[in-house]
Amino acid sequence: MVKDIKTNEFQEKVINSNKPVLVDFWASWCGPCRMLSPAVDSVSEQVSEAEFYKVNVDEEPELAREFGIMSIPTLIVFKNGEIFDQSVGVISEADIKTLVEKAL
Amino acid sequence: MKDLIIAGSGPAGLSAAVYASNAMLNFSVIEKFPMSGGQMLNTYEINNYLGFEEIDGFTLGQTFRKHAENKGAQFINDEITAIEKIDGGYSVKCKNGEYETKTIIFATGANPKKLGVKGEADFAGRGVSYCATCDGNFFRDKITAVVGGGDVALEDTLYLANICSKVYLIHRRDEFRGAKYLQDKVRANDKIELVLKDEVDEIIGNNKVEKLKLKSGKELETDGVFIAVGLDPNSKLLDKTTEMENGFIKADESGITSAAGIFAAGDIRTKRLRQISTAVSDGANAVHSVEEYLFNL
Repeated sequence: MVKDIKTNEFQEKVINSNKPVLVDFWASWCGPCRMLSPAVDSVSEQVSEAEFYKVNVDEEPELAREFGIMSIPTLIVFKNGEIFDQSVGVISEADIKTLVEKAL
Repeated sequence: MKDLIIAGSGPAGLSAAVYASNAMLNFSVIEKFPMSGGQMLNTYEINNYLGFEEIDGFTLGQTFRKHAENKGAQFINDEITAIEKIDGGYSVKCKNGEYETKTIIFATGANPKKLGVKGEADFAGRGVSYCATCDGNFFRDKITAVVGGGDVALEDTLYLANICSKVYLIHRRDEFRGAKYLQDKVRANDKIELVLKDEVDEIIGNNKVEKLKLKSGKELETDGVFIAVGLDPNSKLLDKTTEMENGFIKADESGITSAAGIFAAGDIRTKRLRQISTAVSDGANAVHSVEEYLFNL
């Protein structure tokens, strides 16, 4: 299971990470987000060279604002502290894997 | 060889799974996403599905799914890439496997249709949205616009009016196709401004949506635009196999298509009313047709 991350941990765990990090911006009231999350969980078990976190946009609105999130689910891949790639909406497990593997 | 493959796990596919279990068919459900429930996942409030006076789409979807799972339905998480005719049935080719089956029920539904205007693709996730319940909260106390005239457009407008400071509802005709009680609620809400007999020509902004240019030449300042202009059926896999009409698989209530052994259920088939209740009904009808077809093989 991909863990939720808080605003005060973001710098250390995402921006300063040596590995690429995929962050799933979601909310409990968003049906498509709850559809996407199990696929992200599954990819996180297959790709050990990257880190995976979730941001609950209700609990961490600052992070959602900082990254200009206006549509969820949004997946953002960070590499060396910067946004490497992102994807909006529900995508297949294979496409999630490709998204993160491009950053390896 | 399986008796039946059900493609899709929205209300039509899940209803078909329940009926196929009762019919003791050897079948599987192939779904692109685990936990899916089709388009109803995007619906904030459902108040017209018998037995549930008020329920959100995700919860109802999970209720349907649990029912099918408890009946013993087997789910395969994979994406179908091709359907090929083989001796005695079809080969269903997926990204991670291949399945042989005597019959297929297509219940892959539809996705929201794009508006097809300049700026729409550029601002996806930057103010252009196809799901008001997903993204409405990012527009709290802001101005938004909804495009469309059916039930979904009216529901989205009402949902956004609870959150936003103002909502424009833009529709190309001067009357709505959507349910009368929704129209009345929309007209009574003073946060909603109707923009009728006009169309969006271009979505304009810098980094995010800032305004809409309409065909009439009028410009509307808005922070977001929610597009609800109908459905784009997920039927491309079958366009060489079965007869189509405007992208929908041609089939009546029986679900029988022009291709022997292939059946259609739910939003993907030609029909007058696309609702959860009619999708559930289609699932039952399609399995009944499958049983008759298998009996006569």
